[in-house]
Amino acid sequence: MTQAQSQAHGQATHHAHATLSDPTMLWVDNVSVSFDGFKALTDLTLLLDPGELRCIIGPNGAGKTTMMDVITGKTRADSGRVFMSGRTIDLTELSEAQIAELGIGRKFQRPTVFENLSVFQNLELALKTKKTAFHSLFARLSSEARDRIAAVLDTIGLPTRAHAPAGLLSHGQKQWLEIGMLLAQDPKILLVDEPVAGMTQREMERTGQLLVSLAGEHTVVVVEHDMDFVRDIAKRVTVLHEGRVLAEGSMEQVQNDPKVIEVYLGSEAGNLGGAGC
Amino acid sequence: MSTARIKELVSTLHSPRQWLALAVGFGVLASVPALNRLVPVGAALHLSDSMLPLLGKFLCYGLVALAMDLVWGYTGVLSLGHAVFFALGGYAMGMYLMRTIGTAGVYRSELPDFMVFLDWKELPWYWHGFQHFGFAACMALLVPGLLAVVFGFFAFRSRIRGVYFSIITQALTYALMLLMFRNDTGFGGNNGLTDFKRLLDYPLAEQSTKQALYLASLLALLVGYLLCRYVVTSKLGRVLLALRDAESRVMFCGYDPFHYKLLVWTLSAILCGLAGALYVPQVGIINPSELAPSNSIEIAIWVAVGGRGTLVGGVIGALLVNGMKSWLTGAYPELWLYALGALFVGVTLFLPKGLAGLFSARRVRVVAPELAAELPAEPVRAEDLAGET
Repeated sequence: MTQAQSQAHGQATHHAHATLSDPTMLWVDNVSVSFDGFKALTDLTLLLDPGELRCIIGPNGAGKTTMMDVITGKTRADSGRVFMSGRTIDLTELSEAQIAELGIGRKFQRPTVFENLSVFQNLELALKTKKTAFHSLFARLSSEARDRIAAVLDTIGLPTRAHAPAGLLSHGQKQWLEIGMLLAQDPKILLVDEPVAGMTQREMERTGQLLVSLAGEHTVVVVEHDMDFVRDIAKRVTVLHEGRVLAEGSMEQVQNDPKVIEVYLGSEAGNLGGAGC
Repeated sequence: MSTARIKELVSTLHSPRQWLALAVGFGVLASVPALNRLVPVGAALHLSDSMLPLLGKFLCYGLVALAMDLVWGYTGVLSLGHAVFFALGGYAMGMYLMRTIGTAGVYRSELPDFMVFLDWKELPWYWHGFQHFGFAACMALLVPGLLAVVFGFFAFRSRIRGVYFSIITQALTYALMLLMFRNDTGFGGNNGLTDFKRLLDYPLAEQSTKQALYLASLLALLVGYLLCRYVVTSKLGRVLLALRDAESRVMFCGYDPFHYKLLVWTLSAILCGLAGALYVPQVGIINPSELAPSNSIEIAIWVAVGGRGTLVGGVIGALLVNGMKSWLTGAYPELWLYALGALFVGVTLFLPKGLAGLFSARRVRVVAPELAAELPAEPVRAEDLAGET
């Protein structure tokens, strides 16, 4: 699907799509989660089209991370459903491993790569293959696998660092490597949690380009605090607040939404247009 | 296997220079019996008759160190109970050696001496079959392997890690020691199994038998090393390293740590069993003191001294520490435990990567300037940046 098409989808009314057969990639349907009485998510509904790049923003405690946890099966929803590929698969009934197997990859806030392995080896381990111990004992890297790794290395911009130990990469490079490791698993949906935290301006730009280039082939969900970054890459933004969707639309629409302004002005003197968060 | 595949395997395991170093090391160790046999008594290079089995014993310890390095150095699972597998292999071989004594024992009975002494009338069921060398040899590998599978199954399935795992393995070796101390258990109790006479019809007292046992230990060490080397250079080895460094990330990549740990753990136990089986005929005794918790801790010290995650380092550590032990316990017996403690503290403080780290550290320093430029500064925490939003 081209970007133009996916944009067109984004503009169409979502519910109409979801109740029809195919196009929704991910449908979070009325999900509620509470921890010891604290309502982390309240009737949250979110729809993603295939190939979309969606940014999720919101103040601390808005439920961004909990939402990711529910989608990946780390946290169980008290009520509601999460569907993948139209209404065919209900993720709330699956284990974390099964969900990962279906093609939902998640990048956590803090980069975790295998520091004592090279960049190449990190990607090798992430590749989609048989992963039993016995298979690994006799596994040899096929030429297709090498090509796949080389392609991922190109995408994340680290081909010259292929044989460096991952522990020696810069913070930004580690984040890219981790995104690369997700890509190597060939996911349908990429959930990316605060990809640019701690990055330099240049690294941020590179990361933005990377995520934009991944959309289209993959559905990308970015949770981010950095407003400049979100403005740079976002086509469609969802604002969460107290476990609900507060607003949804283009960055411009969201920025001018009185409810959003109130929430943000309530907690700090700056506003969404200001630098940083 | 095709020649191309063999060539590929050879180059995966080692670079030509490393192969050369390995061959030299093996050659030096293999020529040790000649120093005993061919060099005349009194010459500077002559090796005394009693030294040869001692060195053979060290080689067995080297094999144990390899096994330990596989689970600790590469997988990050610190076992403080590896002597269990070593001793079980030793007991299996000891049972064979007891049975082959036949009626040549003190009491001229078909039963092993300690059973006559305990006034037992017949052989316990689990002693049957051990009159055959092949059976005993299989048991020396199977019994430790089986115990490792059972123990590992429960420990790894319950995701027991780190210090908790180490404590449980200490308890395991202590429990087995207490069990073996009992006469009723049927393995000679306190005294263990000893007074062996013959192995495969060769008298153990003969110098040629000792030489053969030394060479067998060396061969086992070499085969064990190549096997471990294959494991750690395979994809499995990379998963093990990844498990050690970031287990949850490995799970997110779709690997089940349980199977990986269980496989490596069991392989390690089998190697220890083999080492134990070669050890017993050379030292002439196996008793519950081998199962003392401190023995297992010593194994970890060998590996720490030599360098974790290097294989060769563990072997060198085992040879070095035991050489020191033999000398010190002879010259200044009361100092040994202090020396061992000091060694462990010293290595932990000043050589965290062990002796092997000395060599790789020098290599890294050469390339360090360019790499240092790329070393990340302290990563900024996301929480700090998120700040006020």
